[in-house]
Amino acid sequence: MSQTWLIAKKELASFFDSLIAYILLIAFLGFTGFFTWMRGNGDIFFRKQADLSVFFQTAMWTLFFFIPAITMRMLAEEKKSGTLELLMTKDVSNRQIVSGKFLAAFLMVCIALAFTIIYYISVSRLGNLDHGATIAGYIGLLLMSAAYIGIGLFTSSITNNQIVAFLLALIIGICFQFVFGILGSELTGWAGELFNTLSLTDHFTSIIRGVLDTKDIIYFVSVTALGIFLSEYMISKR
Amino acid sequence: MNINIENLTKSYGGQRAVDNISFKVNTGEILGFLGPNGAGKTTTMKMITQFIELEEGDIRINGSSIKSGFDKKHIGYLPEHNPLYTDMAVMDYLGFCAGLQGVPKSQIKERAVQMVKLCGLDVEKHKKINELSKGYRQRVGLAQAMIHDPEILILDEPTTGLDPNQIVEIRELIKKMGRQKTVILSTHILPEVEATCDRILIINKGKIVADGTASTLRKQAEGQQILQVKIEGTESNLIADGLRALGDVKEVTIKDMNTNRFEIQSMPEAKTNTSIFNLCVQKNWILTEMIPYETKLEDIFRDLTVN
Ligand SMILES: Nc1ncnc2c1ncn2[C@@H]1O[C@H](COP(=O)(O)OP(=O)(O)O)[C@@H](O)[C@H]1O
Ligand SMILES: [Mg+2]
Repeated sequence: MSQTWLIAKKELASFFDSLIAYILLIAFLGFTGFFTWMRGNGDIFFRKQADLSVFFQTAMWTLFFFIPAITMRMLAEEKKSGTLELLMTKDVSNRQIVSGKFLAAFLMVCIALAFTIIYYISVSRLGNLDHGATIAGYIGLLLMSAAYIGIGLFTSSITNNQIVAFLLALIIGICFQFVFGILGSELTGWAGELFNTLSLTDHFTSIIRGVLDTKDIIYFVSVTALGIFLSEYMISKR
Repeated sequence: MNINIENLTKSYGGQRAVDNISFKVNTGEILGFLGPNGAGKTTTMKMITQFIELEEGDIRINGSSIKSGFDKKHIGYLPEHNPLYTDMAVMDYLGFCAGLQGVPKSQIKERAVQMVKLCGLDVEKHKKINELSKGYRQRVGLAQAMIHDPEILILDEPTTGLDPNQIVEIRELIKKMGRQKTVILSTHILPEVEATCDRILIINKGKIVADGTASTLRKQAEGQQILQVKIEGTESNLIADGLRALGDVKEVTIKDMNTNRFEIQSMPEAKTNTSIFNLCVQKNWILTEMIPYETKLEDIFRDLTVN
């Protein structure tokens, strides 16, 4: 664990050092803030009903693009510069390397989401807010982020090129976001059911509605774990 | 800790980068791994440090195989090209490496300070690695390899790209460290091993071609003589058989059947000129050419001495 934490800390430090972290944080808060206030609650004074659903949608899409930007360099860059050799010949297991990077990216997302609590507080002052749904929304965002970080780490583990890793992560992300859902509704029988189960949007929406089903949680945890295992496998195989 | 390499082999796409090599290194010994580019030095070191898997053969450290899980923290490794996290400051980087190698938290700072002193990085210690010159980066690479005081040091071309003064300093440093440790150092430069190492292992095309101290290897290299000769008078097969029968000839290869050219390798420390000449006189053959070649080992030595 301590090794994992060391890697995560180093990863976060170099992230904040390089200013990428600040740029992403500001952009994330800017987008989500803009849409939450301009679109979601513009007419809040007429409706007397506060609403964070626009915030959750915007946050989901922003994270969808930002997570690959965070994970793209994590393994690809180390492979390219040869530092992965340095890391792997130290007293660290491949699992600790990948988990450390996962943890760093996940903490990045947590930091970004922590700032949005300001939105939550201010919106809840304006009118009635469904607190249960809000907590569910945050849990949904965290679970979704974990899955996309797993995918992003995997694509970063199969190439030396950050841009390739970024684009691949987006393409796989689009499959989980749309393509599986569409296939699920188009196809019939077991294939249709399979794709429906694979569709990330379905699981995300059901959590966001405030229904915390173990099925959905198992889904996100499985995608995350698969991403981590595959990354681990890819870096061990040379 | 002693390292025992047994019949180690590694192929890339059907080509053997390391071909069935065996050797032993003992505690307190600095072994120079000498060979031209592409000889298989780096590949061997990557197997010892467990970065790549063994294909055939085994590596035993203090008798136990690394296949059965060897603790990586006993090894300090400076990879070829010295990869570093260049966006980190020297002290942070050394601290990070110490932590990964299991140095207790309370001792990390102290170890990093010691290493910085030992490697002459005191003035640069708060700089980021990407602000350092190549020579200083190399010292950071050495410092991270030694930060946890490992019993085994594997250094892949530790002095490449350094200027002559820096080379001398790094060599001194390695010698100092090598007294209590087991060190394997690779290089493609002969004077490098002569200056630093107790023992030299010459590797070429994945095979070990010589093993010994610099002076014994030189003697060995001079001892073997290769001649190219052209003999006329009868069929080349008959001539070759006649030459093979000579006591001081080790090997005869027919180079050209039509012009009767042969390559003759002598036994160690023997010269074949006289006996070949006498044989020709005795058999009534005509010796039309006799060109001395450098030995194979000398060839390798020459490649290594140049540059
Ligand atoms: N990852 C690899 N893929 C394919 N061939 C490789 C790889 N690594 C090394 N080789 C080949 O193995 C041989 C030995 O290389 P190496 O061990 O790097 O030699 P040295 O360090 O002595 O210069 C070379 O012919 C090299 O091209
Ligand atoms: Mg090499």
